[in-house]
Parts: sequence; structure tokens; C-alpha cells
Amino acid sequence: MTTSVTPDADVIGKRSEHLYFALRNPKVVIGLTIVIGLLLLGVIGPFFLNNDPNEYIGPKSEGPSGDFWLGTTYFGQDVFSQFVHGLRSSYLVGGLGAVIAFAIGLSVGFTAGYRGGIVDELLNMLTNVVLVLPALAVLIVISSYLEVRGVVSQGIIIGLFSWPWVARAVRAQSFTLRNRDYVDLAKLTGKRAPQIIIKEIMPNMASYLLMSVILLFGGAILFAAMLDFIGLGPTNAVSLGTMMQQSMAWSALHLGLWWWFVPPGVAITAIVGSLYITNVGLDEVFNPKLREM
Amino acid sequence: MALQVEDLRVHYRTMRGDVRALDGVSFGLEDGEIMGLAGESGCGKTTLGKSLIRLDGRMRHVGGTAVLDGEELPINDDKAMNARRFNDVSIIPQYSMSAMNPTRKIGKLTADLLRAKGKSYREVKPELVRRLELVGLSEKVLDNYPIELSGGMKQRMVMVLSTLLDPSLLIADEVTSALDVSNQKAVAETLVRFRDLGFVKSMIVVTHDLSLVYQIADTIMIMYAGQVVEKAPADTIIKSPSHPYTQALIGALPEVGLEYGDKRLKSIPGKPPQLLNPPTGCRFRARCPLAHDRCAEEPPAVQIADDHVASCWKVES
Amino acid sequence: MGRYFRRKLLIYGITFFIAVTINFAIPRLMPGDPVARMLSRNAVSNPESSEALRSYFDNLFGLDVPMWQQYLNYWGALFQGDLGVSIFAFPSSVSSVVLDALPYTLALLLPSILLSWFVGNGLGAMAARNKLLDNTVLPIGYLFTAVPYMWLAILLAWTGGIILGWFPVAGGYSFALLPAPTWTFFVDLVQHWFLPFLSLFVVALGGWAIGMRNLVIYELESDYTNYMQALGAPQRLVRRYAFRNAMLPQISGLALQLGVVVGGALVTEAVFAYPGLGSLMLNAIQNQDFFLLQGILLFIVIGVLLFNFLADVVYVLVDPRTRLGLEGGQS
Repeated sequence: MTTSVTPDADVIGKRSEHLYFALRNPKVVIGLTIVIGLLLLGVIGPFFLNNDPNEYIGPKSEGPSGDFWLGTTYFGQDVFSQFVHGLRSSYLVGGLGAVIAFAIGLSVGFTAGYRGGIVDELLNMLTNVVLVLPALAVLIVISSYLEVRGVVSQGIIIGLFSWPWVARAVRAQSFTLRNRDYVDLAKLTGKRAPQIIIKEIMPNMASYLLMSVILLFGGAILFAAMLDFIGLGPTNAVSLGTMMQQSMAWSALHLGLWWWFVPPGVAITAIVGSLYITNVGLDEVFNPKLREM
Repeated sequence: MALQVEDLRVHYRTMRGDVRALDGVSFGLEDGEIMGLAGESGCGKTTLGKSLIRLDGRMRHVGGTAVLDGEELPINDDKAMNARRFNDVSIIPQYSMSAMNPTRKIGKLTADLLRAKGKSYREVKPELVRRLELVGLSEKVLDNYPIELSGGMKQRMVMVLSTLLDPSLLIADEVTSALDVSNQKAVAETLVRFRDLGFVKSMIVVTHDLSLVYQIADTIMIMYAGQVVEKAPADTIIKSPSHPYTQALIGALPEVGLEYGDKRLKSIPGKPPQLLNPPTGCRFRARCPLAHDRCAEEPPAVQIADDHVASCWKVES
Repeated sequence: MGRYFRRKLLIYGITFFIAVTINFAIPRLMPGDPVARMLSRNAVSNPESSEALRSYFDNLFGLDVPMWQQYLNYWGALFQGDLGVSIFAFPSSVSSVVLDALPYTLALLLPSILLSWFVGNGLGAMAARNKLLDNTVLPIGYLFTAVPYMWLAILLAWTGGIILGWFPVAGGYSFALLPAPTWTFFVDLVQHWFLPFLSLFVVALGGWAIGMRNLVIYELESDYTNYMQALGAPQRLVRRYAFRNAMLPQISGLALQLGVVVGGALVTEAVFAYPGLGSLMLNAIQNQDFFLLQGILLFIVIGVLLFNFLADVVYVLVDPRTRLGLEGGQS
């Protein structure tokens, strides 16, 4: 395209421009609203519900009512209280898993892409190996050996096995970026590799990296829910996955206690779905081409 | 007259409004004429090339006509235009390296394209092979996938393919910019040969490389900010340009024979105006050393000679 | 092409090696000595199997021999197909227990993977050319991919099984029937199979549709599409080319997605108590049957690797770029 319309904008201008479009993109706004709304519920909610989510406080197997907004479990536990605490665990696992996977993926990808040669060969091999490993099965086996499982340890092991595609993408990106002029310039002025990566290459991938974190976050939440459902959830906390597991274990299905197993699934779907939608919106924000369509 | 374009206006739709990429472009092209189309990036030369064959999704035909061989080109009607493409109007795109479907053998791709035009591949094939040999490709390339060909081979293949149905008008869009110097010259010569052999009647060669186009073009048209500033025989444009912008453009070139791209042109001080809300009057006036009060009005297209037009108040007919 | 396959095989070989090593290492490196835990726990609940286990350990692992010796023994046993004895299904061997469950899992996985792939790609390609369809396929697709496998399974079991009563919600076949090659049994089998299959199918569908849609749109913006359109090629031809090319990444996507789908099958089976590897895994976890658990993991890894290799072969057959080997080590 030879017709250039936008005058060259400096980086700061570009950032605020992105923010401007992001806040006007319905996908981003709706997605973030749901994600943040549920996050706030999970963070703040427990302070107003002073009971232990596993405490038997109400009548057994009661439907939703004014007292118990989401009804009670087979044992008379408050489903809403469990739900709120579960949200908290889900966000924690998602966040932790995403951060760890992102950190590993980023370091492996950048090192491979920037260094090239034999380092790249080896790291790329490692990436591909972890990529073909069926992550959930491996996670199940590892978790089953842990006698005490917590939300944190779950987040860590999920992170350890979900980084490869980030590494792959980052590697490909830094391959193309490292040959750009400004990187050469930085090299000539004697900057060291990590400095170049952080100062010169990373800002140019910022949008991409942000989107990867979002996807990792959603992926980690789904992983955690599956592990919890298998019965390998945190032994000391309530999570959305363990709620589903408990409801199945105590035949909520046959007893018709839908308020027990519907809310946790709705929450996970809403969180992960909103993250995906936000991502699509962000894609439109960062790619003006998509924006103009 | 092979092609007659009158007051062509094409806009780009953007979030901020319409960008007037072509704002009243008029010119004629004789039978057998090779016209070089030059100007800085963003002057509208590529847009002009595209609008004569296919508007892309964001382009909007606002006004004006193009008549080819006495029949109007339905620029605004993608479907109706389809009948004219390939048969009457064809293009050698900027991106020859990636113009062919990477997963289809070249022969099959050609057959598919011909069938879409109601032509039989088997009947056309002898001519196709003859033309391939003409540009130094063997018949075997038809059994190859594009990735099996070198850059130069792909370029030549696309040239043959684009002109296979002997179009009346060929648009060559920056065909040389991706090539090295020796290939550039070969491609340019091939274009002339295609015209001489009657594979194409007339040609618009879009380029930013004035020195190259000077070698092959009969006439050169200079565009600035979506408008035609000057059109004249190649010699006149290079040796005695009339419009101040053309003069500046030519003045920015070193002696003919070397490659120089947009970079050199930056020695004209200032930047072309934005086409979102273009200034009234002469668009070059902010950068023009000869600008005066009158230039605030739209300059007339002055017929300097039979084949020489320039849009400037300072030019005398 | 040779290089491409050598590279792939090397990766799969290393993956297998690492999977086996992880399998070997986990019980030994985990805190609290799970092997001893398993043995002591079992000694109380099941004295006779505990005796067999102890001798198994002594014979093969010799828990007092050095680690590297144990590791070699482990490989040796593996190559003889000996994955140990299952505790929960004592005295069956792990291999036989796993092989019994495998057909059920495959019967769920293969049709759901392939069907969702075909249907999803079709939907995605249609969405790419139709604005109206796009506006429905896209949000629904994202919704499907965001649904946790087991939750959709639970919902389907609840609506299709409990509320409507159309399908059974547990097991691979009715308790009243014995496996036999009769029509009644087959129908029963299909009835039990349908909901878990549907669940897996639906979750995977969205991802394929979205992927295909994006790929087709990307192909429709590519240079070769532009060129064809400039030469007046009809929409039909343009779309056919775009669709064909967009299929290629989806084939490698199929292989990459497999690990996730297998995980989904595990939890889906758990919901429906479907007698495949997932339910077996659940049993293994609940009974602390670590041999069985690891055996299942190994089978899954081998299956995933085989399937990956198959996808590679198909990919090479359909994409001339890899076949010609000119693109080199793009893996």
C-alpha cells in the first residue's frame, strides 16, 4: 500500500492510541468487564461471607433462595460461598500458571531466537518435545503423587507444561525482529543481549505478548478445573473444579441439584470465553487493518 | 486511443474519513504506448494501476470513467469487470514472488485460470510453451510448484501468464523493485519485447525508478498527491520537464544508470500533503520554490505541446 | 523430505524417552516415598496382592540397588511389555487392563476428533464467506472452546440423560447385558457411547471452526488470491484455492490439539463412568494404583506420538512445500 495516511507516531502516542481504541472496542470492553467483575467477586466476596465454604450451615440439598443464593449442597454447605471461594482459586491458578508458563516460554523463545545456532536447535527440540507431550495426562500423574496439593503447587505444575507454544511463537518473532536495523544499531553501540531483548525487541512484540498471557491464563484455568475434577484438586481449598467433582461424586445429577454443578461451569466458561473475546478485540486494536474493516 | 481516463476519483475508506488517493486523474494512452507512471510513495500511482483492473476492499470509485478500446471499463462493478480482466486488462503484480498459489502446480494453476475464461488449456498450451521459451523457461516449469522456481523465473512465469490472452492494457506494478539490477534490466526489456510482439497493446509501468522507466517508456506521467502533474514523452520529462515538481524530482536524481529509490526524492524539502483533507489549489505549492498567490487556485492543465501536458500556473502553452 | 521425517522421528523418540524417564522418576523423586506408601496401604487392604507386589519390586526394581540400575531394569521391563501388576484389578497385569479399556477410549476419540475436524472446518470456511454466519459461528465457537470438557459432559448427561431420559448416563453398556455380538448389545453400546461422544465433538468443534475461518480469511487476503482476482478468476475458484491451503495448517493443528483432546476424553469418561482410559485413570488415582496410572500415561504418550506421526505423513502428502523439502526444518 503506497498511500500512507497516518503520520509517523512515536511510541507513546501509539500506546495511548491503542488504549483509545481498546476502550472503544466492544469485545474488549465486554470481555474485560466480565473477567474483572468475576475477579472482584472472587477477591472481595469472601470478606462478606464469613463462613468457611465447607461448613455445614444450612438445610441439605436446598434450591436457591434468599438465604442461600445458589442453594446448598447435599451436605448443607452454601454453594454461593463455595462459588466465590472457587473463583478466587481459579484466578489464582490461572494467574500463576500463566505467569510461570509465560516466563519460561519467553526466556526459551527469546534465547533460541536471539542466539540461534546450536542453542536454538536444542531449545527448539525441547519445545517440540513438551509440545507433543499430552499435558493433562502428565499433570494427572504428577499431581496424583503429591500428597498435599495446594492451589499454588497446581499453578506451578500447570505453568511448567503449558509454555511451549509461547516459546515457539516468540522464537519465530524474535527471528524476524533480530535482523532489523535498530537491533543492529543496539548491538553496535555495545549493548548486551538481555538489554537488547528487553529494550529493543520486547516493546515491538508487546501486543503479541499481552495476548499470549491472556490465552495462557484461560488455558491454565481450564487445566486446573480438569485436574480438580479428576479429584486432584487442592486438598485444602475449594475450587470451581472440586465443586463439580463433589457434585458428581454425591450424585447431584440424579438428585437434580443443578444449582450445585451449573454455577461453577458457567463461571469457568464465562471467564475463559471472555478472555478469548477480549483477545479477539485486542487483535483488532493492535492490527489497524482489522480495525478498519 | 487505447485507453482514455477522465477525471477518475478513487477514495480509500478509513476510520478518519475518505482519503482521496485519486482526485481527478485524466490521461490518454495510445495504441502501443508504454507509459511510465512515477511519483513519490503515496502519490496514487499504485492506486491508479489497481483501479484500472481491480479495486481492493477499501477502495471506492467516486467518479470518472476509463474507456478501453471504445468500451467503458466497469470499474465500480466487480462482477462486470471480471469479464474484462485477463482478456482485456491484465496486471503484473508487485508481488510476483508470491503471486502463484504455492500448493498448485503452475500448469494446473494456468489451466484453472484459463478455464475460468472459457479457454481450453490444451489449445493455448503450444502458444504458452512458445512464450515460455521466449523468456528462457522450459516447458517443464508447468509441472513445478512455484517454490521450485527461482525469483527471476517466477517473475518471468508471471509475466507470461498475465499476458497469455493478449490483453489490450497491461499494468506492470513496481515489477522491478524486488529484483537485483541485472534482472531489472532483463525484465524491462522483456516488457518492451512483449509489446513489440503484440502480446499486449499498451502498457502502464508503475514505478518509482525513473531511470529504469526512461529506458523503456515512450511517455512518462508524473503524479503528485493523487493528481497528474505532467505527462510527456520520456525524453521531454527527463531532459526538459515543465512542472516544478517534475523538475525537482528529476533534479534529485544523479546521472542516469544507477538505482535510486524514494530515498533520493527526500531531497525535495517537506512532505506531500495529507490526502484526507487535501489543500485547495496546487498541492505542491507548500514545497514549490516558484509558488505564488495564484497557486491557491486549482492550476489548469496546460497543453504545452500535442503530447505534453502540465498542471501549473507557471507553465506557458 | 527425508530430513523432515528424520527430524520428526527424532523429536518423537526424545519425547518417548523423556516420558518414560518422567514416569520412572516421579515415584522416586516425589516427597513422602509414594512407593512405600502404596505398599503399606495395600498391605492392609489387600494382603495377597501386596505379597506379589513386593516380589515384583524385588525382582525388577530391587529397591536397594542403585538408581541407574533401577532405571535400566525399568527400560528392560518396558520392552518386554511388562508394565507391572495392577493393584486395583489384581492380579491382572497393567498392560491387559489398559488394553481392555483402550477400545472404548479410541471409539470416543477417533470419531469425535475426525468428525469435529471435518464439520468445524466446513463451518469455518462457510463463516469466512458469509457475514451473517460469521456473526453466529464466531461467538458460539468461542463459547464452545471455553467450556470445560467435563462441564459440557455433565450438562449433556443432565439434559439428555436425566431430564429427557433419552440416553443412559453411566457405563459403556447396560449391566443387564453381557458383551456379545448381538444387535441388542450393539444398540446399547451406541446409546451409551453417544453422549460422551457428542460432548467431545462439541467442545472441539468451536476451535476448528474459528481456526478455519481465520485461516481462510488470511488466505483470501494473500498475494496469490489477489493475483487470481485481478486475472478475473471466479469466486468459486478463489475460494477453493483458499480452502485447500487453509486445510494444511489445520492438519498439523490436528496433531497439536490431540494432547488436549485426550485430556478432554479422560474427564469426559470420568463424568459418564465410560469404561475407557479416563475411568481407569480415575480408579487408579482413587486406589493409589501407581503402576496402572503410569501404564496409562505411557499408552497415551505412545498413542499421541503415533497419531502425530500419522498427521505428519498426511501433511507431507498434501503439502508440496514439505514434500519438496525446500522449506527445511519447519516443524
